[in-house]
Amino acid sequence: MADRLDPTLSRRGVLTGGAATAVVAATPAAAAPLPPRPAKATPMMPVRFTVNGESRSLTLDPRTTLLDALREHLHLTGTKKGCDHGQCGACTVLVHGVRINSCLSLAVMHEGDAITTIEGLGTPDKLHPMQAAFVKHDGYQCGYCTPGQICSAVAVLDEIKRGVPSHVQADVAGRPQASNMEMRERMSGNICRCGAYSNIAEAMAEVAGGAAKEDRA
Amino acid sequence: MKFDTPAGANPIDRMAVVGRAHDRIDGPLKTTGRAPYAYEHHREAPNAAYGQVVGAAVAKGMVRSMDLDAARAAPGVLAIVTAADLGKLGFGQFGKGKFNTVKLLGGPAVDHYHQALAIVVAETFEQARAAANLVRIDYTRSQGRFDLDEALKTAPLTGGSSDEGSAAPGMDRVGDFEAAFAAAPVTLDARYTTPDHSHAMMEPFASIASWTGDALTLWTSNQMIAWGHGDLAKTLGMPKDKISFQSAYVGGGFGGKLFLRTDAVMAALGAKAAGRPVKVALPRPLIANNTTHRPATRQRIRIGATKDGTITAIAHESGSGDQPNGSPETAVNQTKLLYAGANRLTAMRLAVLDLPEGNAMRAPGEAPGMMALEVAMDEMAEKLGMDPVAFRVKNDTQVDPEKPTRRFSQRQLVRCLTEGADRFGWTRRNPKPAAVRDGRWLVGMGVASAFRNHINMASGARVRLDGRGVVTVETDMTDIGTGSYTIIAQTAAEMMGVPVDAVVVRLGNSAYPVSAGSGGQFGAANATAGVYAACVKLRDQVAQRLGYNSADVAFAGGKVTSGNRSADLAQAAAAGELVAQDKIEFGDLEKQWQLSTFGAHFVEVGVDAYTGATRLRRMLAVCAAGRIINPKSARSQVIGAMTMGVGSALMEELAVDPRFGLFVNHDLATYEVPVHADIPHQDVVFLDEADDKANPMKAKGVGELGLCGVGAAVANAIYNATGVRIRDYPITLDKHLEKLPAVA
Repeated sequence: MADRLDPTLSRRGVLTGGAATAVVAATPAAAAPLPPRPAKATPMMPVRFTVNGESRSLTLDPRTTLLDALREHLHLTGTKKGCDHGQCGACTVLVHGVRINSCLSLAVMHEGDAITTIEGLGTPDKLHPMQAAFVKHDGYQCGYCTPGQICSAVAVLDEIKRGVPSHVQADVAGRPQASNMEMRERMSGNICRCGAYSNIAEAMAEVAGGAAKEDRA
Repeated sequence: MKFDTPAGANPIDRMAVVGRAHDRIDGPLKTTGRAPYAYEHHREAPNAAYGQVVGAAVAKGMVRSMDLDAARAAPGVLAIVTAADLGKLGFGQFGKGKFNTVKLLGGPAVDHYHQALAIVVAETFEQARAAANLVRIDYTRSQGRFDLDEALKTAPLTGGSSDEGSAAPGMDRVGDFEAAFAAAPVTLDARYTTPDHSHAMMEPFASIASWTGDALTLWTSNQMIAWGHGDLAKTLGMPKDKISFQSAYVGGGFGGKLFLRTDAVMAALGAKAAGRPVKVALPRPLIANNTTHRPATRQRIRIGATKDGTITAIAHESGSGDQPNGSPETAVNQTKLLYAGANRLTAMRLAVLDLPEGNAMRAPGEAPGMMALEVAMDEMAEKLGMDPVAFRVKNDTQVDPEKPTRRFSQRQLVRCLTEGADRFGWTRRNPKPAAVRDGRWLVGMGVASAFRNHINMASGARVRLDGRGVVTVETDMTDIGTGSYTIIAQTAAEMMGVPVDAVVVRLGNSAYPVSAGSGGQFGAANATAGVYAACVKLRDQVAQRLGYNSADVAFAGGKVTSGNRSADLAQAAAAGELVAQDKIEFGDLEKQWQLSTFGAHFVEVGVDAYTGATRLRRMLAVCAAGRIINPKSARSQVIGAMTMGVGSALMEELAVDPRFGLFVNHDLATYEVPVHADIPHQDVVFLDEADDKANPMKAKGVGELGLCGVGAAVANAIYNATGVRIRDYPITLDKHLEKLPAVA
């Protein structure tokens, strides 16, 4: 009983502590050295959706994320894999116009969906206004988070227009405004380690039709 | 081209293209998702299989046995490679790269947590990932050294260099520090700690390897092509000329991708074993422990001054840890040069730890060193009753304080501080801490100097001129978000008298001349100087081809003019492409002169009087760093560095688990970096400069200058807001909440 209440003991400490040698699995740490189950081939599943207006049919391992379906099967590598865990936003795409982290979504869940990726927003010769604003305001550096930032930025302005509330609004029952703080709050799921945030805010403000108004903390 | 005397007037001085804000020429590709990064070469490496790296689950010990049967039998598995397989794969000479402290493939000995022990290659990513989870490894775990404070008690004095322009001996003395400190009427003796930091670049370490016979092509994400190329050859024990090493786009590096890493090695091994191209990206949760990090520091700073604020004694000591045969974090480097003072001491201790390899991260040395020094300067100013800007101005020096005969080539620190103070409204700062309220916010302002050395690096380039007048530059320089593509195009455009869109820039390929590479804020100035040198040769060839006297030829508007003769540039290549190659090399100007960059950071924060949470309200950097080649991309370098500085001040910390010897917060959810909501509008000012002692571009660098001092400026602003001095980074709210002024 006393052992069970010992605050210094952790689950992992119980598993591996106390002995000079310890047995743990490579990845991830397992509870006990059980023999692994033999893996069976995964049945494939068909899925059909549109990507950037084009109908696509794929037969996929059901573990395939929407992100990997786009990148590895459709070779649309503009959508980036930064973390594969929904932590960075680099994989942001639009599904029926709403942004999602495509790494947190299995491809087979998207039967019949209309998906828009960065490649569908614009081309080098014909940039989407948000893409052009990112170039003009230098809203990127290494460029790896950039497609996700741009997809998010396009969706954020639409969310504000549709009145989707956020917690930084003074009045959540009122209409959100495309203010600097409002946009920064909504963009915070898209990490940019190069630190282009100040410039991205200016790019978005230009597209939103306002100045990057400063709201004080 | 040997640069051994100060630059005279040259074609760059015209500044028709150089020195002007220019949109990035790679912008349309990057913003539309068309720029191909390391893992994105379906066309060049079709039919690539997928490799998943298995990392060690203990920090120190031995692999007792590996059970690969279940993994081998898993669907889609093509090959598994461990250290035991190297000989039979033909890599009997497998070793360690020159720039790596620790082997990139472990086993049977394990050197650190998540060190690569195996790669599992399968037809699909999902299969490789699932099979990697079936690898069973039994370890004999041994006692590791993970406690920096404990290990520093017996750590020896150790000199070192970051390989990036920051270096110091184990101990350095000028005058008699102890006596001067003892005699000083006003003194400070304070200790500061900075934690381990992770680069956390957005693009994971990733490589695709493809073998054709005994030749290897590698698409990877690397800042330094020549270093990576050489170290891959050395690691695999094969000739360099059998490897093509390519990195055209790099999704951030910050020093983490200066070196060859395990993704490249394991992709090469996996591809050899599978007989197919193999692509490998390190899973995000593996990166913090598998790759390098900025080591934590324990610093002590002592400053003694006369009552009028003249520093008479200054000492900076730092301790850090690394793997055996590693290097110290050179956190004392800037203190050798930044402020005057007749009696000086710097010292570094290096402890041996079994945490993952410590190595360079953006502004290695100065970033954590300035986080301590510039807080100490703030504390000292308060003790003296002086304004922190005035105290710094008073202790400016125009010569190397350790060698007073050696002058700074340019040093506008004072102007950065005073002009910044004017622009920021510094006079509105209340010197009494915790005296300004704005509703629920305790408001404060902070300042810090910025300082980083410029270093010279040899850098080569090849320049081609074709019959359409298109100028193509080839160099192994990389663009890691720094704007290399654009500034190289601007340089060639200026030299050849053509618009930027008549220049094609090809980077990041071991087939091109070796450049400075991207690191230590040495890339922009040196790489463009290398392009300058190649263009000088091309200009001579053009003049010769046109029959002009090359001494008086002018290149402008797509035309070449000599006296009253003039021709289209393209005409020079009408009979065939002209190709010129050269490199910039340096004499000893940097020994005669101290080449450094300077700046001042100003920050205003609000600290929530109720919760202790800190919010940035305003940020300004004023920088003096030689000629700014592209003010637009240079400004972005600085605001990005300022953002990273906010992270180091407020949130970034790799948390060490001292029992198991790993960084526990090894992903992007738990290693917190600044997000949009954390960063206000940022202002950057570049002072007009051109440093003729640096290179023909008269340019230096800004990418690390922008980081140096920011953390301290934030810390000083928090102190000004709260009256609570926290010397233990990051300044999270738990560290000062209980000491905040009573809420009325």
